[in-house]
Amino acid sequence: MFSWISQVFMVSWFNLRNLKERLGTSLSTVVGVAGVVLVFVAVLSIANGFRTTMSSTGDEKTVIVMRSGATDEMSSGFGNDTAKIIGDAPGILRKDGIAVSSAELYVIVDVPKIGTDTPANVPLRGVSATAPEVRGTFEIVEGRMFEPGKNEIIVGSAASTQFVGLEVGADHRWGENTWRVVGIFDNGGTVEDSEIWADVKVLQPAYRRGNSYQSVHVRLESADAYDAFKDALTTDPRVNVKIEKKSDYHSGQSTFLSATILVLGLVIGVLMGFGAVFGALNTMYTAVSTRTREIATLRALGFGAGPVVISVLVESLMLATLGGLIGSGLAYFVFNGFQAATLNWQTFSQVAFAFAVTPPLLIGGLVYAVAMGFVGGLFPAIRAARLPVATALREL
Amino acid sequence: MTDSTDKEALVRVEGVHKIYTRGSEKIDVLQNLDLKVPEGDFLALMGPSGSGKTTLLNLIGGLDRPTSGVVAVAGERVDKASGRQLAKWRSRHIGFVFQFYNLLPVLTAERNVELPLLLTTLSRKQRAKHVATALDVVGLANRAKHYPRQLSGGQEQRVGIARAIVSDPTLLLCDEPTGDLDSKSGDEILDLLVALNRDHGKTIIMVTHDPHAAARAQRTVYLNKGMLMSEAEIAEMRAAEAVA
Ligand SMILES: Nc1ncnc2c1ncn2[C@@H]1O[C@H](COP(=O)(O)OP(=O)(O)O)[C@@H](O)[C@H]1O
Ligand SMILES: [Mg+2]
Repeated sequence: MFSWISQVFMVSWFNLRNLKERLGTSLSTVVGVAGVVLVFVAVLSIANGFRTTMSSTGDEKTVIVMRSGATDEMSSGFGNDTAKIIGDAPGILRKDGIAVSSAELYVIVDVPKIGTDTPANVPLRGVSATAPEVRGTFEIVEGRMFEPGKNEIIVGSAASTQFVGLEVGADHRWGENTWRVVGIFDNGGTVEDSEIWADVKVLQPAYRRGNSYQSVHVRLESADAYDAFKDALTTDPRVNVKIEKKSDYHSGQSTFLSATILVLGLVIGVLMGFGAVFGALNTMYTAVSTRTREIATLRALGFGAGPVVISVLVESLMLATLGGLIGSGLAYFVFNGFQAATLNWQTFSQVAFAFAVTPPLLIGGLVYAVAMGFVGGLFPAIRAARLPVATALREL
Repeated sequence: MTDSTDKEALVRVEGVHKIYTRGSEKIDVLQNLDLKVPEGDFLALMGPSGSGKTTLLNLIGGLDRPTSGVVAVAGERVDKASGRQLAKWRSRHIGFVFQFYNLLPVLTAERNVELPLLLTTLSRKQRAKHVATALDVVGLANRAKHYPRQLSGGQEQRVGIARAIVSDPTLLLCDEPTGDLDSKSGDEILDLLVALNRDHGKTIIMVTHDPHAAARAQRTVYLNKGMLMSEAEIAEMRAAEAVA
């Protein structure tokens, strides 16, 4: 057994010593695998980042109430009386006797995207004065909050970097009104950072919505108050609503897009992977054929077939692992935190998010690289071991 | 049968056929071939190119199997063993010397010579001792740290011989060991083989098509059309051809 293991080491070492004579093809394998891993990790980091942004919106205590049967805020709607009943429900946090609850309106406006200049759908949300307190993570990072009753808007930090003309002081004509940007807000990296906010009381007439709303967002006293809150409203015959934790609501909205990106990433990764595996196969077949006589000589001297197989695999795994490390490293340094915005087809609005190259993703990329190296090395390794020694010795 | 001795044969080849098939074509390389090589012999194996000399050597060295017939070395049936058994058996009993030396270019002379010992249980120190002895025997003690590309052809072949003898094998199989050398280097190699046979009692089978090289061996057999002939039979055949 000892001798077998030392044979593996020796034959692998002869193999690797030989590497510098085959530097060109070996490097092309490394580069090929690195490229695949880079693309694979980058695409999946989009799905990852998108999902993270969506699911981090809202905590255990923030709840969204919509009309029963609505799949999202766009398809929801109810009058002022319903909004009032929701605001009076038990379990809602109260400050100075006022419920931390915000009845809101949600419309879409066209704003050109920076870079492409093509118009994109950006949510314009009308909120009540308590909206920042409902969120808990809200802060103004530039300028100031809009004043109630005025045609003023504040812009989410992600939206301000992704769309044209959303800097403080800019004017926009949407609906019946001309709006002035008076501040930039940050809502803790959530999907609402991709929105524009206005006073709901100003937005209603501008979009001829009378006294109606699309959702009520509330902050509960505690996470435990959720059941009581939900029961009270779902059993109340005066209203017909559905209640969801905000984090669940936004996660649900991300499933389609993140699954699509995931599938896309896997398909691209697998297709490119085929290319890289063929590259690795080519490299290792070359390695084996340039060493045919050397391998045959070792076999004639009494070295076993197993060590020959493993030595070829070791080389191919090493090249692929190196490629995997380079690809993952590049993906991390180039793409991690990269800001982008995309249309969420489930809400037809733009969501800004950051590519998230996470440790599990990096490990996944490396595992993929190792798998490519294994497949690329296995067949040449088997060929090397199967070479009839007598025939191989005749080759020059 | 070409020659018979009273000593028990170290190598026994009986009724060996070797047929290669290339596509639909069948090549009868060896036909019902018998050969006995006693211990301590130095046998030259001659014959025209393509007559099957290398094939026979490979069969005796356990690198290939006969289509039928018996190949036994030191009482062990080489034709019956599995690939794994053969690899182990070769490392213990056979020292190969190749026409083109087959040294590993990435290893120094001493590392090349050490290769067969890596398959043994010898310690690093013991291995170094054996390697030094073998290099000494071939007169290359002062070239131990040289790489193959830093050596002349004759020196490379001497490293090849040192590698073949370092584990003290039962049998040395040399396939045209001087075939790629000038006559002076070739003579030095032949001197070395003669000395190994005479002074160290090594049994040697050497393939060559140089009569001058064959003359250095104890005896010569000729391979022709798949069969072995003695010198006398060859002379007879030549005479008959001349008359006709
Ligand atoms: N693996 C093989 N497949 C088919 N034919 C072979 C193979 N090896 C050798 N031969 C043929 O067998 C014959 C004998 O070859 P070989 O033993 O190398 O002859 P020699 O060493 O006497 O020149 C040649 O005709 C050669 O072409
Ligand atoms: Mg030959």
